[in-house]
Amino acid sequence: MKRFFHNSRGDSPAKRLLIHIVLICACAVAIYPFLRVVSISLRPGSALLSTDLSLIPEGASLGNYRALIMEKDFTIWLWNSVMVSVATVIVGVLLAAAAAYAFSRWSFPGRRQGLVFLLTTQMLPPGMLLLPIYVMVVRLRLFNTYTGMILSYSAGSVPFSIWLLKGYYDTIPRELEEAAMVDGAGPIMAFYRVIVPLSTPALAIAGLFSFMTAWSEFMMARVMLQKATMFTWPLGFQKLMDQFSTQWNMFAAASVLVAIPAMLLFLYSSKWLISGLTLGGLKE
Amino acid sequence: MIPLTWGIMSSGLQETVRFLVIVAASTAALEGLAYVVLHRMLKHKYALPIMLILPALVAVMALVIYPFGFNIYLAFSNMSMYRFKQFSVGLSYGIQNLLDVFRHPVLQNVTFMRLLGRTVVWTVVNVFFHVLGGLFLAILLNRPMRGKAIYRTLLVIPWAIPQVIAALAWKGEFHYQYGFVNLVLQRFGFQPIQWLSDPKWAFVAVILVNIWLGIPFMMVTILGGLQSISPEYYDAAQIDGASGWHQFRSITMPLLQPVLTPAVILGIVWTFNNFNVIYLITRGGPMEGTDILVTSLYKAVFEFYRYGFGAAYSLVIFVFLLIFAGIYLRVSGGFKGVEER
Repeated sequence: MKRFFHNSRGDSPAKRLLIHIVLICACAVAIYPFLRVVSISLRPGSALLSTDLSLIPEGASLGNYRALIMEKDFTIWLWNSVMVSVATVIVGVLLAAAAAYAFSRWSFPGRRQGLVFLLTTQMLPPGMLLLPIYVMVVRLRLFNTYTGMILSYSAGSVPFSIWLLKGYYDTIPRELEEAAMVDGAGPIMAFYRVIVPLSTPALAIAGLFSFMTAWSEFMMARVMLQKATMFTWPLGFQKLMDQFSTQWNMFAAASVLVAIPAMLLFLYSSKWLISGLTLGGLKE
Repeated sequence: MIPLTWGIMSSGLQETVRFLVIVAASTAALEGLAYVVLHRMLKHKYALPIMLILPALVAVMALVIYPFGFNIYLAFSNMSMYRFKQFSVGLSYGIQNLLDVFRHPVLQNVTFMRLLGRTVVWTVVNVFFHVLGGLFLAILLNRPMRGKAIYRTLLVIPWAIPQVIAALAWKGEFHYQYGFVNLVLQRFGFQPIQWLSDPKWAFVAVILVNIWLGIPFMMVTILGGLQSISPEYYDAAQIDGASGWHQFRSITMPLLQPVLTPAVILGIVWTFNNFNVIYLITRGGPMEGTDILVTSLYKAVFEFYRYGFGAAYSLVIFVFLLIFAGIYLRVSGGFKGVEER
């Protein structure tokens, strides 16, 4: 038990075995629900409701996926969601990256209040700003456009991204920029040349968070979009929900398809996940 | 069915690209203006940080502050579905809306105070288990071991699945007859449970789902914190003969505090405001038995079309969350480690 709570090479074999068993159980709990969704998506239409718990169903086929891609508007929704989410990430991260640098390196008046304010915006109940934004969108004639959506998604993601990035910039020693400035770079150039490359993990995580929020956002999209060709996937799901309630396997196939891009992105950025998520992290 | 044609693809793409160009151009114009005014003309001491913050500030102003102000205005109105264009505004409406929040059941059955109590239970139970589970897994993972990367990747999956999908998938799994939760219970010889039709069990079900969803975030955050604690502290403690538990209490926990406090605050805020899980799994039912504040807010506005009342109600919820987070900050000692840099 001596070194149970931290890095140790000296774990006894029995303890190591125990740790592996616990972790394997935890992993099973973590992934089983999704594996079930995958398994249901492979079921043929005749075996819709079943009390079978095995992961590969009898007569497994990709028929549901084919039906979904060939017969529904599914590809349009995916395309629209990808576009909106990517644009949100670009705008949101650019705005936050610059602002966070100011919060990290200058102690201007109102800095503390600004940070507290950003945290406070996270507390606004979801749906609270929906009606005002809807009225604005109608007045500005942004109804049925992506512009309004992307704008509000990126503005919504900016406060959290600023916190995340500020925390990370704080851990980068100022001497590095000062060295660059001695070499004749201005402060902006120093930021661009020194800080941005060094903060890849935090930028990646800020981007990932913005993407995830935009990717499955539903309420705002429902208010802003009415043209069927412009639907993002959460709207499309809503539209097909009645069909899905009788076609649970189609719903499962659709779920797998929209979960995959998000999961791939997570996997891809997982190498940065731990180092990039510094919410006011420790300083050595 | 509408096929995905090049026409549809490119029209969406054109709009998005045009939007990005406009954003870039207006940012450049804004920065140029700020540069000339602040730096050249006023020689302002903080010209540079102001310039860096300006674009984000403008975006947040236009899309958060302005709508928030508009929301306050709506709270003093009698706007509803029938009075969408011709609503009137006045102090008396504001007072009326505010009193309505506390006076009558918010929707049909449940009063504000009961919703508040349920929301606090929901938040405290969830965040407690998020931190407990996250801390436990992070400690197990924070050692050199085989398969560490695989474990870490698999354990993050609940977080990586879009919440909407996860919630809907769980809803199916709580089905009385076909959901795996009851099937597994029966395999082990237990009676199946009426998960979604009994309000008590329905509340347990949504809490279980949300705990499952929230552990990975805490695990990752805490793991980052643990990795930045220098092993030398532990070596020194070992020489002094400190036990594992003692090391945990006097080294790990205090040094984890600067990471944990903001993570817990965010956890509280996100959980308090979590709409998706409850709304998608139970719609707040049965009999409003699993509604928390934010789901009843959504229903009041978008199912009962009480816009003026909803605006006032959302402000009340916001204030209560502020108080709730404030209490936590007071108790936990706040942002000491975070602010002073």
